[in-house]
Amino acid sequence: MSAQQSGHQGHSTMKVTLHVWRQKDARDPGRMVGYPNVECSPDMSFLEMLDVLNERLMEKGEEPIAFDSDCREGICGACSLTVNGIPHGPRKGTTVCQLHMRSFEDGAELFIEPWRAKAFPVLRDLVVDRSAFDRIIEAGGFVSVRAGGCPDGNAIPVPKEEADQAMDAAACIGCGACVAACPNAAAMLFVGAKISHLRHLPQGQAEQKRRAQAMVDQMDSEGFGNCSNYLECEAVCPKEISVKVIAEMNRDYLSASLTREEQKNDGGGAG
Amino acid sequence: MSADGPLLDGRCPTGPIETRWERCKAELKLVNPANKRKYKVLVVGTGLAGASAAATLAELGYQVHAFCFQDSPRRAHSIAAQGGINAAKNYQNDGDSVWRLFHDTIKGGDFRARESNVHRLAECSRNIIDQCVAQGVPFAREYGGLLDNRSFGGSQVSRTFYARGQTGQQLLIGAYQALARQIGLRRVKMSPRTEMLDVVVVNGVARGIVVRDLVSGKVETHAGDAVVLATGGYGNVFFLSTNAKGCNVTATWRAHKKGAFFANPCYTQIHPTCIPVSGDHQSKLTLMSESLRNDGRIWVPKTKGDARGPDQIPEDERDYYLERRYPSYGNLAPRDIASRSAKYACDEGRGVGPGGLGVYLDFSDAIKRLSEPVIRERYGNLFEMYERITGENPYRVPMRIYPAVHYTMGGLWVDYHLMSNLPGLFVLGEANFSDHGANRLGASALMQGLADGYFVIPYTLGHFFASTKQEKVTTDHPEFKKALADTNAYVARLLAVNGKRTVDSFHKELGKLLWDKVGMARDRAGLQETLKRIPELREEFWKNVFVPGSGEALNQSLEKAGRVADFLEFAELLAADALEREESCGGHFRTEYQTADGEAVRNDEKFCYVAAWEWKGDGKPAALHQEALNYEFVHLATRSYK
Amino acid sequence: MSWVCRLYRSSLGAKYVMASTGVLLLGFLIAHLLGNLQMFAGADAVNSYAESLRALGPLLWVARIGLLVIAGVHIVTALRLAKANEAARPVAYVKQASRQVKPQTKTMVLSGLVILGYVVYHLAHFTWGFVLHDYSTLVDTEGRHDVYSMVVYGFQCWWVSASYLVALALLALHLCHGITSAFQTFGLNHAKYATAIKLTGPAIATLLFLGYASIPVACWLGIVQILEGT
Repeated sequence: MSAQQSGHQGHSTMKVTLHVWRQKDARDPGRMVGYPNVECSPDMSFLEMLDVLNERLMEKGEEPIAFDSDCREGICGACSLTVNGIPHGPRKGTTVCQLHMRSFEDGAELFIEPWRAKAFPVLRDLVVDRSAFDRIIEAGGFVSVRAGGCPDGNAIPVPKEEADQAMDAAACIGCGACVAACPNAAAMLFVGAKISHLRHLPQGQAEQKRRAQAMVDQMDSEGFGNCSNYLECEAVCPKEISVKVIAEMNRDYLSASLTREEQKNDGGGAG
Repeated sequence: MSADGPLLDGRCPTGPIETRWERCKAELKLVNPANKRKYKVLVVGTGLAGASAAATLAELGYQVHAFCFQDSPRRAHSIAAQGGINAAKNYQNDGDSVWRLFHDTIKGGDFRARESNVHRLAECSRNIIDQCVAQGVPFAREYGGLLDNRSFGGSQVSRTFYARGQTGQQLLIGAYQALARQIGLRRVKMSPRTEMLDVVVVNGVARGIVVRDLVSGKVETHAGDAVVLATGGYGNVFFLSTNAKGCNVTATWRAHKKGAFFANPCYTQIHPTCIPVSGDHQSKLTLMSESLRNDGRIWVPKTKGDARGPDQIPEDERDYYLERRYPSYGNLAPRDIASRSAKYACDEGRGVGPGGLGVYLDFSDAIKRLSEPVIRERYGNLFEMYERITGENPYRVPMRIYPAVHYTMGGLWVDYHLMSNLPGLFVLGEANFSDHGANRLGASALMQGLADGYFVIPYTLGHFFASTKQEKVTTDHPEFKKALADTNAYVARLLAVNGKRTVDSFHKELGKLLWDKVGMARDRAGLQETLKRIPELREEFWKNVFVPGSGEALNQSLEKAGRVADFLEFAELLAADALEREESCGGHFRTEYQTADGEAVRNDEKFCYVAAWEWKGDGKPAALHQEALNYEFVHLATRSYK
Repeated sequence: MSWVCRLYRSSLGAKYVMASTGVLLLGFLIAHLLGNLQMFAGADAVNSYAESLRALGPLLWVARIGLLVIAGVHIVTALRLAKANEAARPVAYVKQASRQVKPQTKTMVLSGLVILGYVVYHLAHFTWGFVLHDYSTLVDTEGRHDVYSMVVYGFQCWWVSASYLVALALLALHLCHGITSAFQTFGLNHAKYATAIKLTGPAIATLLFLGYASIPVACWLGIVQILEGT
């Protein structure tokens, strides 16, 4: 048989003990629930281990643990678990969907919690609402162009170094690990990354100041914390985005605050 | 089987190919700017096609309400595309042109795509790059500051634009930002974590949708003047694919059940270089860039069941089967050939790794020839990704790869205007069938999604509004009430089964069945067996599935259950289409139709058409409608990569 | 001036305030250290320096009030930020961990408040004369306030010196983080200078610590002592 799925079960197995945050809905206060001796294979991804646990729970007629995931290859930014206090778990530069059980010892005890921040309310179990990030982008995280009528792609040369810096920042997957890791639950790395991405390209520079002001103001109104330069965001970012982007945001916001005259219809993008 | 009813009319313009789109645009009716805001468009799906369409339509002044099941439009699966986006810019001065891109795409699609559509796609490709650059997409640049290109399979020019290995992500962020801007301006209302469960048809026109709020569980209806589906492909019918976990056929399938024809479902693309399955727990497959085949050599042991490690197998006991069978292309043979050859090697029992489902992709010669740092420079991040997933170091041990379902060329049938046979229902991107024929070339999916959204739908939708007179409907209309009640009943039915098996166990069983019989190589007996087996599995599903929890809350099992229920119906159509198409072409390979040395044999005389299927009701076979494919500009020829 | 209020109320504005007041306070620390180091130049130098400061008259008060306002704004803003930061995470992690949070960063508010307490004590001790002795009666041979003797007497008490050193250490930790952060806050970050900027905080903090600590140490070692006849 040529079954793709008939690959035999991994050669070795291991057991882990889980403590998972369970919360019925946004109003429920929630609590940690223990799941001792969960069997898994070192070849499983962390989320596959949870899949297997969920199958077991359902076979017993229990409700599975809800968690967000989609692409499971580290690019969509949906997965959002804090493992033993570290967003996305112990492996540097790796989303939790790409984390494999071989990163843990047999018999390990793992605490799995949702992103915790006022701006990211828990919807259920490990699922949080990150729409605050979308609202920050809606406030100004774009270049105001319409489809059609754009100049030729090569009309404005962009130095490679600048394009590379823009790309470094644009690699952000919007997962929110920076907020989850920051002792202040600040969103500086996320907002800084977007501002940095667009400020390094000539196309984004026309709105550089307005963008910084609009995005930071929206960030503040969402209830994120402030930057204390812990640098924890940079340390957990699965795309390893540098806090340099925060400095760039600080620079843009300062210069915007000191030099830019506010426009009447500052709220939205230029029609 | 012969077609039911007259040939379908794709509303393609006539005349010289390079003037067709211009002429079409000139003849399209327009909506007065002041009137645009009176029209409401419902856009489902916010990947490249959906986000670009929603943003562009809102820029024009239409009221737009967009929906996606993800928690943010930025997470749609377009984000995972790695390689790049094609455009006939000819920045490299290497002889590229719109004509050549058109020609390559028609040939790559194995002569099963519409010429008019593909030419339009090639024309729009140039505007896409300009548009994306203006939006701030950080494409790779040369030191002089101009855009860089790379070459990609299936073409002899360098026309692929890229942003490191994250082109899909960057293009999606561009489209998402354009959409976000319109949301900020209150011209688009965005409903994330909302899944479409039905289309509402009033007087034969698609006028609304039924959605379920995935957080509160509330089922609601929305009325509009047109419905745009941009909900991606159905690769997850195989359970394991490179698609995101959430990708599903539900939106297009429910539209199909409301009258939209489903075209060419049997065209599924299988990507040769994915990381093999490691066990039963496997939840999805990860694609590795095809560029690896530039320096890696693919081999399996010559003898069956050789259990030695790769370093123990001497050179003369290795079979570099692609180099042996396709000496001129070698390891760079096209995707379908490379995939099928791997399958054959494993079927013969010569596969490697767990379960014998893998072949080696060996870099040791390249490392010897070029040195490890050079290989690291070229493929460092891919090697790292491989190591992260498998725990093996590919600098020391050959990689193991195996094919996986990657993209689906089939989809809802649309005409040249991207409107389905159900008036008012437009279908964009991977969700439609239109531009890739039987096989998609690399770096073309992003191109199609954005062309549809930025540059086609804004014109053709206006024409639809301007040329059809419609009365206003609201969600108080009886059809809406009925659709709402039906959907609520459907959700309740899923929850009420209360059986013993989990949703995933059904999905895995269905996937395995399809992969075995309707995967890389198909035959009559296998397809017939599958067609018998699927209804049985479906029946068991409705008797024995267990969906825990309630409908009035965030319930991921319930979401999955609805999707799997639809896959269980859709799979039957996929197999039926594969059975009906008695030829091998592109992503559809029938073992009965091959040459003595295993090459695909197309049958242009009998099958040079689009197979568009009409839903006839539960338990009844779908009716086939045909759209003739005429090749006036690129002459029918056999692909050969020997 | 509504934009000033808007700026101050914003998260980044508060950081600019923290950084700029911090830099001004650092300026004071440096000036104060330069004054103190005149201890090594002998009683006459210190006492005449102190006298010249007093001679500034109203200007001295301007400087004092300015300093007080700067310190006040620094502290009030810090507390405001701390409160907002606490509110940003209403539910704490059950399992707490971090990859690179450093103790000096985590304790900025605490070290700041301890330093504040110490400064009050320091003023009470040397300026207001509430602690131990009233030094205001010390007068040198030229009839000037004898700051030199005051310092030497002060540091002769072991716990005065010890608490001084402890406070200095906290101040140094506070500055390690604060100075480097100020660069970041003003957007002064560049790959080429990243290492230099990272080291600036610890370097200045160390220099200040050594400079300030040298005086009590010199008093103990007798390098600085009360000379006969003063």
